[in-house]
This record gives sequence, C-alpha cells and structure tokens, in this order.
Amino acid sequence: MMTPRTLAGALAFAVLAVAAPFAPAWLVSLATVAFANGLVVLGLVILWRAGLVPFGQALFYATGAYTVALIGRYTGVHDVFVTLAAGAAAAGLVAFLTGFLLARYRDIFFAMLSLAMSMILYGVLVKTETLGSTDGFHVESGTFLGFAPAGALHDLAFYWLVLAVCALAALQVAIYFDSVAGMLGAPVRDNEIRVEFLGISVNRLIHLKLVIAGVLAGLGGALAALAVEHVDPSMSYWTTSGGFVFVTILAGAGSVAAAFVGSLVFELVRSIAVDLFPGEWQIALGTALLLTILLLPGGLGSLVGRLPRLKRKTGAA
Amino acid sequence: MLTAFAILTDGLVYAAYLFLVAVGLTLIFGVMKILNVTHGSFYAFGAYGAATAVGIYANADWPDAAGFLLMIALAMAIGLMLGLVLERGILRFAYGRDEVVVVLVTYAVFLMLEDVIALIWGRESYGAYQPMVAAGNIEIGDLVLSNYDIGLVAIAALVAGLGYWALKHTRYGRLLTVVIFDRETAAAFGINVKVVYTVTFVIGAMLGALGGAVMAPKISVTLGIGVEVIVLAFAVVVTGGLGSIEGALIGSLIVGLCRAAAVHLVPQIELFVIYAVMALVLVFRPYGLFTQAQPRKI
Amino acid sequence: MINRISVLPRVGVLAAAALAGSVSLAAAQQPAAPIKIGIVSFLSGPAASPFGVPGRNGAEIVIEALNAGTAPAPFNTVGLGGTKIETKYVDEAGSTAQVVTEFRNLVQRDQVDAVVGYISSGSCLAVTPVAEELKALTVYFDCGTPRIFEETARKYVFRPPPHATMDSVGAARYLVAKHKDINGFSGLNQNYAWGQDSWRDFAGAMKVLAPKAAVDKELFPKLFAGEYGAEISTLLTSKSQALHTSFWDGDLESFVYQEQARGLDRRMPIIYTTGEASIWRLKDKMPDKSIIGGRGPNGPLAPKSALNDWFQKIYIDRYGTPPTYPSYQMALAVLGLKVAWDKAQKAKNGKPTTDEVAKAFEGIEYDGPSGHVKLALSNGHQGIQETAYGTYRFNKQTKQPEVVDVVRFPAACVNPPNGVNADDWIKGGMQGAKCN
Repeated sequence: MMTPRTLAGALAFAVLAVAAPFAPAWLVSLATVAFANGLVVLGLVILWRAGLVPFGQALFYATGAYTVALIGRYTGVHDVFVTLAAGAAAAGLVAFLTGFLLARYRDIFFAMLSLAMSMILYGVLVKTETLGSTDGFHVESGTFLGFAPAGALHDLAFYWLVLAVCALAALQVAIYFDSVAGMLGAPVRDNEIRVEFLGISVNRLIHLKLVIAGVLAGLGGALAALAVEHVDPSMSYWTTSGGFVFVTILAGAGSVAAAFVGSLVFELVRSIAVDLFPGEWQIALGTALLLTILLLPGGLGSLVGRLPRLKRKTGAA
Repeated sequence: MLTAFAILTDGLVYAAYLFLVAVGLTLIFGVMKILNVTHGSFYAFGAYGAATAVGIYANADWPDAAGFLLMIALAMAIGLMLGLVLERGILRFAYGRDEVVVVLVTYAVFLMLEDVIALIWGRESYGAYQPMVAAGNIEIGDLVLSNYDIGLVAIAALVAGLGYWALKHTRYGRLLTVVIFDRETAAAFGINVKVVYTVTFVIGAMLGALGGAVMAPKISVTLGIGVEVIVLAFAVVVTGGLGSIEGALIGSLIVGLCRAAAVHLVPQIELFVIYAVMALVLVFRPYGLFTQAQPRKI
Repeated sequence: MINRISVLPRVGVLAAAALAGSVSLAAAQQPAAPIKIGIVSFLSGPAASPFGVPGRNGAEIVIEALNAGTAPAPFNTVGLGGTKIETKYVDEAGSTAQVVTEFRNLVQRDQVDAVVGYISSGSCLAVTPVAEELKALTVYFDCGTPRIFEETARKYVFRPPPHATMDSVGAARYLVAKHKDINGFSGLNQNYAWGQDSWRDFAGAMKVLAPKAAVDKELFPKLFAGEYGAEISTLLTSKSQALHTSFWDGDLESFVYQEQARGLDRRMPIIYTTGEASIWRLKDKMPDKSIIGGRGPNGPLAPKSALNDWFQKIYIDRYGTPPTYPSYQMALAVLGLKVAWDKAQKAKNGKPTTDEVAKAFEGIEYDGPSGHVKLALSNGHQGIQETAYGTYRFNKQTKQPEVVDVVRFPAACVNPPNGVNADDWIKGGMQGAKCN
C-alpha cells in the first residue's frame, strides 16, 4: 500500500500537523474549516469523475452538522468520535435513501434534483423555530474520549483531529480510485451504455458513489459544526452547495490531494480578498478564479501533479 | 369564490414573472447546453437600466407610454452589449471544456458583475415605480388588481407567442431548433454553430434584461436581486424541459398556480412549493415536461 | 525516482503558501500605538445599502470626531482614553463559518483591541462563544435576537442598543393605543428568524394587550421574494383590520410599491417596525398613515438633544442623507465603548486591559444621539432604551418625510425586566412592565 503517492501524502499531512503549533492561530482555524470542507470536495471529485455534478451536497453537509449539534443539545454527548460517527452515518443513510431516486438522473436534472432536496431540508430547518430557524444554535465544544482541552489547545487538538480524518479519508479514496469501482468513473462519464453492456449496473455503481460522497460530505459538515461551534440552515442552502462545486472545479479532479489544496487555497484567497478589498472583494475573488480556470485547465491540483515532471526535466536523476 | 379567482390571477401574474425570467435561460441552455449563472446579472442589469430610464423620463416629463418604451429599449440595449461582450470576450475561451467548468466561468463573471453594478450605480437602491403607478388598478369586489400586473401577463404571453412562432416558422428559428437537437449533426450540415452560439447568447441576454426591466417597476432595484432569480429560473427551465419555450411556459404556469394556491390556502408550504413541483415533475418525466425523445448513442 | 522528488515540491507548495500568507498579512499590521477597532457590517449584498453601509458610515463619522476631539461633552476627549482610534472595516457577508473566520482574523491576525459590529443575528450568535473563548472585547450594534445573553452569561460581549423584542411590543402598544377596537389583524413577515421572531413577539403582545383581537392571516414569504401579489390578494380578500410587517429595505420597498398600486393601505393601517430606515428613499411613495418604527428612538423618532443635532449635522454633511437607525445604533455602540474605556482608563491611570474595560462596561448608562441608554439586562451587558412609534406623513410643502403622532414608551414598558427571558415575559403577560 505504500505507493510513492501515499508516502508523499502521508508526509504532507505530517508536515501540516507538526507546523501547526508554530503557525499563527488564525491560520490554523482557517485551515481547520478549509480541510473539513475539503472532505466535501473529495466526495464531489468522486462524483465528477463519473460525470455527475450534484448541486445539493449541502444536504449531507447539513445533515452531518445538525446530527452532531442535535446529539450535543439533546443528549449531552459531546465526544467527537461518537458525534462524528453519528453524523457520517446519518448522512450516509440519507444518501442511501435519496440515492434510489437520484441515481436515475443525469446532467442538469441530476444537479437540480439534488438541489431541490437540499432546499427542502433548508425549508424544514427554517420552519423549525425551536432550532432557532435561520439563526441556528450553538454547538458545544467537542471532547476527545473524556479529554476536554480549552482555548488554544482545543483548537490545536481539533485541527489535528481534522487532519487525521482527512488523511484517512484521502487514503481510503485513493485506494477506491485504484479499485475497479473507482476506475469505472471515467467510462461511465464517457459512455454509460457500453459499461452496461459489460454487465455492470451503472445505476448501482452511481448509487454507491453517491453514498460515499454523502458520507464524506456528512463528515465534513460534522467537523465544520464542531470547528465553528455553530449550525444554521444556510449549511443546506444552494449557495453552500455551489461553493463546494466551485472549489471542486477550481481544484480539478486530478488527484485526491487536489481537493484539500484547492479548498485551502480558496479560503486563503477569499480571506486575503476581504482583507485587502473590503468593498470590492467579489471582483477580486471572481477575477482570481476566472484566471485560474482559464489558465489552468486541470485545476489547481494539476500544479501539484506537474512539479515532479518539472523536477525531472531540470536534471534530477 | 373570490379566493379562487384571486388564486387564478395571482398564479398568472407569478407565472408571467417566472416565464419572463426563464425564457432567455432555457434558450441558452437548450442551444449551448450551458448553465448560465450570469443570467442573474442580465436580469439585474435590465432592472438597473430600467431604473435609469425611468429616472430620465420622469424628470423630462415624457408621456408614460414613451417612457415605458424607453425603459424596454434601454434594457434590451444593455442586454445586447453585455451578452456580446461576455460571449465573445470571455465565454468562448471556455467552450471546449467540461460543461461544469463553463458554469464556473459564468459564476465567476456573475460575482464580478455584481461589484460592477455597485461601481456604476452605487450601493443604494432605486425605485422605478412610475409605470406601475401610472397604469392604475381595477376593482373586482374586494379584490384590487394592478393593471401593470395584467400588462405583465400580456407581455409574457406576447413574448411566448413571438418566441414560439420565431422558433417554428422562421428560418433562423428552425436552425436554432436543429442545433438544440443535435449540435454535431447541425455542424455537419454546414450550419455555423459558432455564430448560432453568439446570436443565441445575445438573444438570451436581451430576454433576461427584458425580464429585469419589466419587473423593475414592481420591486426595489438593489444589489443582490440577481441571485434569487437564478434558482427560480433554473427550476422552471428544468421543470419545463431544456430549450423548449412551451415547456418554460407550462412550467411557469404550474409553479405559479401552485404557489398562489399555497399562499392563499396553506401558507406554511410556500417555501417548498417550487422545489416540490420540480421534483415531482422530474419523477414522472426525468427530462422535464417537453423534450424531444433523444436517440440513444452507442 | 519520482517518489522522493515529488515529496519536496508538494510539501514546499503547502508550506510556502502558509508561510507567505501569514508573513504578508503580519507585515500589514500597524504599530501598537493607536487603538485598533474592527468594524464589521454588510458591505455587499442586499443588507449593505439599508444597514451595512449606514452602520459603517456611522462608525466612520463618530470615530473621526472622537479622534479630532470635536465630539460634544462628555465625549470630547480624544479617541478612547486619549489615544486615537484606528479602524479596519470588514464585510460581514459569507457563510457563518466565514464570518467566524474573519472574526478570528481580526482578533488573532490583526490583533484588534475591540470588535464592533454585526447585523445578522446568526453572526452574533456564532461569534459570541468565539469572542468569549478568545477573550476579545466585542460590541454588537444591530443584531436583534435576545438569545445572546439569555442562553449563557457573557463576559466580553456587550450590546448597548436594545434587542428586537422592544420593536414588536412597542408596535402592539401603539396599535392598541391608536386603534382600540381592532378585532382581527394579520402579519406579513419574511420567512426567517427575524421575521418569525418579530411576528411571535407581536402576536404574543397583542394577545396580552387586546385579547379580543384575533390573528387572521400569518404570511411568511421567502426572504428577498420581491413579488408579493399573492400575499396582497390574500390580505385584500381578508377581513383584517391591521397589518404587522417587519420587512426591511428591498422587500419593504417592493411591498410598498405593490400594495399602493392596489390600495391595501387604504383598507387597513400597516405597521412597519423597521420603516424608519426606508423613509428617506421612499419619500412620497410611502403612504401617509403608515405606522413607522425605527428599532428604537432613532432618526425622526429621536428625542430632541444637542447631541442628536450634532450627529445629524456631521452625518448629513459627509454623506448627503440623514442617518437612519443603523447609524444611530452604531453611534450608541461606539460611544458605549468610549464610556467604558474612559472609565477603565481613569480608574487605572494607564492603558486598560481588555478585562478592565469589560468590567467597566458592565451596567453603564449614558446618552447617545438617540437618547438615554442603560445596560440594565443580563448582568449589565444588554442595553435598554425607550422606544417610539409614530405615523408617517409626507409634507408636500417642504417635500420632506415626517413622523407625527409620536408616542414614546419608556424602557421598562417594552423591555423585559432583568432576569426574565423576552419570550417568557411576553407569554406571561408582560408582568412588571412600567408604562405611564
């Protein structure tokens, strides 16, 4: 299992983990949220490779987040391992159920149907005044198997948890991409009917991918809820889904690392734009993204993949 | 009884609004297969252009009819220029790429245009209410209807009729229909698909701006009006079927009537209605209401 | 081999990005001498024009005057405690996670001494626990929900302007005072927390003040719907005798245009709880006899005072339009910070720490351009003020909006007493309300 790429990935995560205590606190917080969102993007990469782009991943993101929040609020359980598992499982269940309908659709219809589902959840959450409607409610700090650090140590511990979860997810997805089911993504995108003729049920395959993406999105939402310590219905709104799709395309579907790199770069660029241009940051952000899309056809992920080739050309044996 | 009548009129007015917003989008979508997020910007520019026009003619004391025409003309001119600049200047560099990448380009452009609007017109909101006030109203029992709303329904019907006739009975309209159906074959027949793309995008932009212009007298023209309109337009287009004007019309009517009924009778579900209708239609007709049968490509 | 070589660039890219980011942003920091305040409000999107920009302008003009020492007494000392104030404006737009990220950036990266701002209740609710965790002095100016201090006691977070319960309770009191025999009323509120809370407060207060009046239609159109034909039809064909709406800006103006074209305001009085912010834009388009609220004694509802005259003058001179309630609320927040800071500075005779300012902030009372405010609720963290409602009239001679028939309700009449949750207070019959 220790392929060169896996080794590189593991090292990258290790560096990110070790660098954290020396990095400024605001950067660690930003990176925590960015990596949590990176999980959602990872799920979208899986689906994109199969030619599907849902505009409703926020449904699973919000499901994961609200599961964590509701468990904390009504049962008093704050242990992150329990709530994360519950959040991922809940999102997976929703993905499994909605997948029966969604797997039958393609292209824009798939995108809009998944959007409709996320907006229905949004409507339900907005109407639920006991959960604070659009204001949402507070999520208590997560505890780690009874260990409850406070303040800066908690932020650091949580960052490491997010890194660990992302590393695990990245590994799993990389293995998946090397498996038959993962590799069937591209053929399904190119020509479904031929894949059917090979004897494989495309709908079942897509259903599986939907569940995997749903679990990843739910995990991302659960982590985000714990990182920001707040949930609200906008986590299910279509602009949230749009944001994830945005980052996915920005990152490119080239590799697993792309999802996290893209997510981090996006959050950084947005923060810098808001910092430098408080009144015009949308133009700045839009321009930066437009340039990236037009100049880097493979997305940001292609930058990371390109460098080894460059190194080789410049004389490294 | 009056309630039923109110539901009918409200449904028609809302349907007119939806149709005017969605018709340009379904055209662009049908021909170019692009989810054009910038459509929201066309709507917004049309509305701001109309507000400017109303400002001009209100101060110059023109007759209302002339002012209304100026409003429409200015908005469509803005749509024309904007559509042309965007398509030739930015969009065409993204054509060969994955469809979703093109969506992203339109989204990035939409973000930028939002701030461009703020730079041109500032962050204040504008009123363009003069045409609506000038139109007056009529009373039917307890119910008072605005003549402007009735006019909107007429305009929507006119656009629907013209569009349908243009697509089915003019030479260029039939070219467009061919490209909607199968781009490759159309190109193989010698149709200049690139020009068709540009023309379609411009027409779509003008229709989007028209939608914004006719709605401007009813609303407060402010930053962000393009955003909400996008999802509504997409929902209607998907419900009706891509590239189909009759689909956009029927889709708008269904959603409009359902929503009006919800507001009068069951206000709690008003938030979901458009999505529930769309989902329901998709369950029974996975490609929307009006799409031609596509041959399977092996 | 590829593996060993590919590791370095991959790691290098990430490390370089992180380092470059933090270094460049650290370099943008200013020297420690002036007091840095982060001002957060909506600078983009639909909430910018009615609230975000007026709020920001209110901060800008007041802080400029403070730095120049030209504010009237007792605010005529320079800046905060004699030190000039340096401001950084941040846009509140974005998801809740992004709002929290930007708050952390202000506190940890830019090292501001205080954060003043926030319009959306969701932002306030999300930022509060973070402010407490980071021990960052935070002063809210506009968000309406009473939940901020009701759910947990806070140490570093303050809100001088009153919360939104006062608005709808005041509306109910005014309606009942002016139209004693209402027997049915309806509500048209946006379908999100603000609209839902406003309606709940209003209906609850009406139940206490006019038990015979029945709730007729409860309409909740989508936020930013813009098109209210069906809602107006529903109201026209109903038997309601009054309408409550907490609509704001774009939705409010769209609704006013549309309902006027169909004569709804001639059928029933309409209460606009946030109407004050829109009258300068609507002018003669706002129908006469509309009942106008301004989220407190702000704008034309403010009591006459030298401070108010001064504030109006400097604001109009700079921005060309009178200040509306967000500007007033921001002024109240900034001046409250000054009162607390000056008090802490005087007690210590040197630059106070955050803890010392927070301690000094508790329970202060002072006068702003909108009149008297006292931080009387939630251990001295939440302010109460009187409120005022009036009836709109467009003066055709002077071509200016006017609010006449103003009734003032003392703070203790429309705010819950200390220690009682706003919701519980209304449900329990508004016990302890002191109106005269």
